[in-house]
Formats: sequence, structure tokens, C-alpha cells
Amino acid sequence: MAQLLAIIFREVLIFKRKFVKQIFSFMVSPLLFLITFGWGFGNEMNVDGVPYINFILPGIIAMASMRQSFALSSEINISRFYWKTFDEIQSAPISNISYTAGEVISGMLRGCLAAVVVMILALIFQIGISINGLFVASLLLNTFIFSSMAVITSMVVKTHAEQGMLNNFLITPMAFLCGTFFPIQHYPLWVGKLIFCLPLTHVSATVRAALLNQKFPYFSLLYMAVFGAVVFIVAVKVIRNAKN
Amino acid sequence: MIRIENLTKQFKKNKAVNNLSLHVKKQEIYGFLGPNGAGKTTTIKILSTLTFPTSGMVFIDKYNVLDNPLQAKKQIGVVHQTLNLDPELTGYENLLIHGLLFNMKIKDIKKNAAEFFEFVELKDVMGAVVKTYSGGMRRRLTIARALIHRPKVLIMDEPTAGLDAFARRKIWGLMKRIRDSGSTIFLTTHYIEEAQYLSDRVGILDKGGLIAEDSPEKLINNFGKIAVEIEGSDGLEVEFFQNRAEAVKFVSTIDKNATIRGANLEDVFIKLTGRRVK
Ligand SMILES: Nc1ncnc2c1ncn2[C@@H]1O[C@H](COP(=O)(O)OP(=O)(O)OP(=O)(O)O)[C@@H](O)[C@H]1O
Ligand SMILES: [Mg+2]
Repeated sequence: MAQLLAIIFREVLIFKRKFVKQIFSFMVSPLLFLITFGWGFGNEMNVDGVPYINFILPGIIAMASMRQSFALSSEINISRFYWKTFDEIQSAPISNISYTAGEVISGMLRGCLAAVVVMILALIFQIGISINGLFVASLLLNTFIFSSMAVITSMVVKTHAEQGMLNNFLITPMAFLCGTFFPIQHYPLWVGKLIFCLPLTHVSATVRAALLNQKFPYFSLLYMAVFGAVVFIVAVKVIRNAKN
Repeated sequence: MIRIENLTKQFKKNKAVNNLSLHVKKQEIYGFLGPNGAGKTTTIKILSTLTFPTSGMVFIDKYNVLDNPLQAKKQIGVVHQTLNLDPELTGYENLLIHGLLFNMKIKDIKKNAAEFFEFVELKDVMGAVVKTYSGGMRRRLTIARALIHRPKVLIMDEPTAGLDAFARRKIWGLMKRIRDSGSTIFLTTHYIEEAQYLSDRVGILDKGGLIAEDSPEKLINNFGKIAVEIEGSDGLEVEFFQNRAEAVKFVSTIDKNATIRGANLEDVFIKLTGRRVK
């Protein structure tokens, strides 16, 4: 337990050192989306009877928290490839599961903080939101999934540059395509089916339903829980085999 | 305390460690020497579970490193060859995280940190972030960090590389004290005089295998107590003699500049590995 806390504590300390910079970088893309779709398009657009800005805010929250929890992979990468502190942790008597859990929890903290930043921006833009338990559950599962995936990819890549490629080819497309900006019903059927398998699609659905008080897609929540459990187990296995 | 049995590590093209076996006794300082690329770091990485061996077994105390890595790792403190510190964190925070990873109480971490920071002369900068440290300061911090949980077995990969002469001697004193207090030290270094001074026994590794293993005195005596240094085309060459009279006789037969002096471990090392270490 102390060991798990040590891992979280380490990430938090490193984060704290660049806190202001980080918070600003958390704000950039959500802010651009809010300006473009909030002020830019005003109230001209509606999706399913919901003003567009209210429709995409949950998408932006899902996307920002996904991105930032996945950004954990860059942190692990830096400590693995540049500082070599991953070696130091590996020579300490910490179990693979504690290490993985510690990293995942710090990634979740990051992701949740990013969501809070978006919500504060939403307040500034005077977009009404109501936070409830289902919203929190969705957010936690979202950050759990993507932090676990971050641990996996950070061990699988061979260089820091490869990590950047993954962000470009995996995370960015997902951020735009998974029901964040438009309903997935707009896709041709087979594309929609494909997109339906991606976890962020379900995150968008649950966060949106929770924030807009729509009928809640419990199936999506279950899907996320199962998906999260699977990627976490894979992450522990990957850590166990992470040797040079 | 450390038992390595038929250890082999095969990288794609080359065998970094080739059927290596060695035993380090309790409370012994074992100098693990060898030229660049001999396989020292690879062996240490296997000992500290950073790398899987291709075959063979490794025990720390009574624990098999492969079957029981957590128990094995509890026994050791490692100074890696790389200065693997968190540069954004302070010196103290680096030690704190390490202590927590070894399940230490914060109270004990504080107490030991004060002691070791004092010893490695970093007390004044323990609150500064590590990226402001010089290379030698970082090296000393990695040593303090490896010691803070008072491990039974200390594994050090070139712990004194880059340290000034004074700091190095201070670390030597520390190592002897640690050995005398009951710990075992496994040490690599390219400063052969350091190995000679510190080691109870040395093992000389070349191309992944041991080519000699004994106490420094015995290794030297096997070749000859007296060395004659001759200036050859490849730099200094060394010839060994059992006594001074033989050496003098030899020098009188050659037509080159030569120096007669007591033989040391470095002479033996060069004779065995055929290269000068630098
Ligand atoms: N990850 C790796 N992949 C491939 N080959 C490697 C790897 N790590 C080390 N080697 C090779 O294994 C051999 C032994 O390397 P090692 O680092 O153990 O040497 P060393 O004795 O520590 O040398 P030095 O004194 O320079 O530190 C070298 O030939 C090196 O090129
Ligand atoms: Mg080495």
C-alpha cells in the first residue's frame, strides 16, 4: 500500500512542479472548441433538440479526460527512456499490480483534473451542467480505461517518438469520431458498428446522458467496466514482462 | 549472499554473459572487473531483475531472483550505471520515494536521509531539485539512495565514476564501514586501484566469462610481485618478476626505457584482458 502511494505521490510531485503550465495546456483545446461552437455558431445549431454547445460539452469532457489520462504514457516514457527512473522503480520490491495501479490512479487523477478544468470553463461560458453519480462513474471509468491503455502503450513503444505517433494515429481520431461532436447514428451502418466498439463512444454516451438528464445507457457503462478490467489486466501483464 | 549459476544472456547478435558462475560471500566486497562491453552491467541488470537471463540462475541470499523477485529485491540496494534520478524532484524527494518503495516508515526515511546526506555531502542541497545538481552530486545521491533502506546486499555499477579524488576516497571509507557492519558489496569499477584497495576478492570478466578470480594479493603474486614497465609501440607494456633481482637483470638486457616497481592489480588486469582500461 505504501508502495502504491509512493508511485502516485511521485507522479503528483512531478505534476505539481509544472502545475500552472499543465493546467494551461489542459485548457487550450477545450477552450478552442467552446469558442468555436459556443460563440462562433451561437445557438444556430441543434442536435436532437439540444443546443449544440450543450450537446458537445459532454463530448469535450470525455475527450479532454481521455487525452490527459492517456498522456500518462508520455510521463512513463520520459522516465523510461530519458531519466531511467523506471529502472530504479523496477529494482524496488514493488509488485507489478501495485506499480500498475499506482500509475493508473495517477493517470485517473490527471484525467479527472482535466474534466474539472473543462467544467470550470463551461461555467465561464455559462453552460449549465448538473453533476450526478452516473457522471462521476462514467468519468472514473473513462480515465481508468485510458490510463491503463497508457501504461500498456508506454511499455510497448520503443522510442518516445513512437509514442507521439500513437497519439496522432489512435487518440486524436478517436477524440473526434466517437460521438464527441456528432451522434454516431449519422455514420453509415457498418462504420457506426465499428465506432461502437471503441470505448470513447460509450464514454461520450454516458457522460452526455448523465449531464443532459437523458435516458442513461447502462449497457455502455457495463461495456466500459468490462473494457477497463481487460485493459488493466493486460497492463499488469505488460509491466511484468517489461524487461530490456 | 549472491550466487550466479551458469548465467547466459544472449542478445540478438552477441552473448553479453556467457555461462558465468560466481559466488559472493557474506560480508565480502567483491570487485567485478572487466573491459568495456565485458558484460558487467548486463549481469547487474539480471541481478536487479531489469533483464531476464537467457539461461542460468541467480540467487540473492536464499531467494531465486527469477522465482521470487520481490523477496530478492528486498535484500538489495542498487546503484545503476546510469544516473537514474527524477530531475524534477528534490534530492530528498528522490530518497523519500525510494524509501516508500521499500516500505520504510517516513520517520525512518527522514532519519536515514539526514545521515546519508551528511555523509555524501549533499546536506545543503537536499531541498534543491536534482536538475540543478552536477554529475558528481547526482552520483553521490544515487549512492545515498541505494543505502537508505540499509540493504543486506549492495550492488554498485561504477558508483565512483566521475567523482573527484576526495569524494571517491570518502566513498571508499563508507563502503568499508558498510561491509564491516555486516553487508555484502558487489562492485564494478574501471578504477582498478579502487578495486585493489577495497575488494576482498575480485573477479575479472572478459567477453561474458570469468577469466580470473581471487584476492587482489594472490592475483598479483601469481604473476609476480615486481613489474617492469617498458615503453613499447602500443604504449606501456608490463613484464612480471618474482623479485627485484630478476627484474633488474631483465632490464639490463633490453634497450628501452623501463621502470621497475611493485606490481599492482592493474598490471594483472591488463595482462589478462590484453587492453588498457580507461
Ligand atoms: N539492450 C542491449 N541490446 C543488445 N546488446 C546489448 C544490450 N545491452 C548490452 N548489450 C551488449 O552486451 C555487451 C555487454 O554490455 P554491458 O553493458 O554489460 O558491458 P559492461 O561490462 O557493463 O561495459 P562498460 O564497462 O562499458 O559499462 C556489449 O557488447 C553490449 O553491446
Ligand atoms: Mg557497464
